[in-house]
Amino acid sequence: MQISTETNKDFEVRSLDAMCVNESQLTHKWYHNIKYVIVGLAFGIFLVKAEIISWFRIQEMFRLQSFHMYGVIGSAVVTGIIAVWLLKKFKVKTIYGEVITFHPKPFNMGQVYGGLLFGLGWAITGACPGPLYAQIGTGAWVISVTLISAVAGTWLYGYIREKLPH
Amino acid sequence: MNILELIKHPWPWYVAGPLIGLTVPALLIIGNKTFGISSSLRHVCAACIPANIPFFKYDWKKEIWNLFFVLGIFLGGVIAMNLLANPEPIKINAKLASDLAGYGITDYSGLMPTQLFNWQILLSLKGLIIIVLGGFLVGFGTRYAGGCTSGHSIMGLSTLQWPSLVATVCFMVGGFIMSNLILPLILSL
Repeated sequence: MQISTETNKDFEVRSLDAMCVNESQLTHKWYHNIKYVIVGLAFGIFLVKAEIISWFRIQEMFRLQSFHMYGVIGSAVVTGIIAVWLLKKFKVKTIYGEVITFHPKPFNMGQVYGGLLFGLGWAITGACPGPLYAQIGTGAWVISVTLISAVAGTWLYGYIREKLPH
Repeated sequence: MNILELIKHPWPWYVAGPLIGLTVPALLIIGNKTFGISSSLRHVCAACIPANIPFFKYDWKKEIWNLFFVLGIFLGGVIAMNLLANPEPIKINAKLASDLAGYGITDYSGLMPTQLFNWQILLSLKGLIIIVLGGFLVGFGTRYAGGCTSGHSIMGLSTLQWPSLVATVCFMVGGFIMSNLILPLILSL
């Protein structure tokens, strides 16, 4: 029984949900994580300087009043596609010598229902999860309430997950 | 104009977009990590309030890099605001500005409208909907969809996964409906 729960747990995390699973099989001391702080820090600066964390820019996007956000997301995707293609073509390894792995994302109806719900929230708050952290960093402390509420939403999803259509 | 002056100006999309896109290979190369941010919310649940729910019963410590990553995003916000801030008010579309003025939103000194995001407004129905319900939808919706703008729209599309395209289209549809049809009612409260 123990084994079957373990397997199921792994299946839940690896296959059904998380986009951001840890593909690395290596274990390191905690300070190796500092490199993720540095990448996150750069990413946070990009978000703020491109004004992606601005509620105003999100409204402009959804009202088709500015090209800015479409340009940012579009050029980010094109850059990502080229980068991933290059990594695959030249079989680039990680700095630890591991082979880089990619996980396919199976389709389920949650992407439609959840996607619509997230879209509604995105346009109200003017933030997806990344910008929430950056907004708090810029001193908009009240956004920490939004973040806590987002954690609560994630928790409720986990709680009622089995009853939801997927 | 020196370099610092230039950096302080808002960055155009063709500079910021590719830099954001480079986050994808950066995370893959430094540790085989798949770019995504909404998972951090799940890891917080798994770490703090798992409550015996199967969805939160996994080894979150293995995914702790993601929490370090979002800590970095927070610090990036601190640095961008304190050292690299643009002193000018944000420039927005004139039509949007006149619409928002109708709802009493006239302050463009910050990236966020301080008239909508402040502690006092939390005590009103409008504030509760915008700050609390909005955040709730972000957390619930991203997990239901299995990812957010970073996990689906950037990472998923970069690896050419059609389910991520479906999710991205749904994000946009939800956003269009809210921004154009529902938000005006909320702002009128």
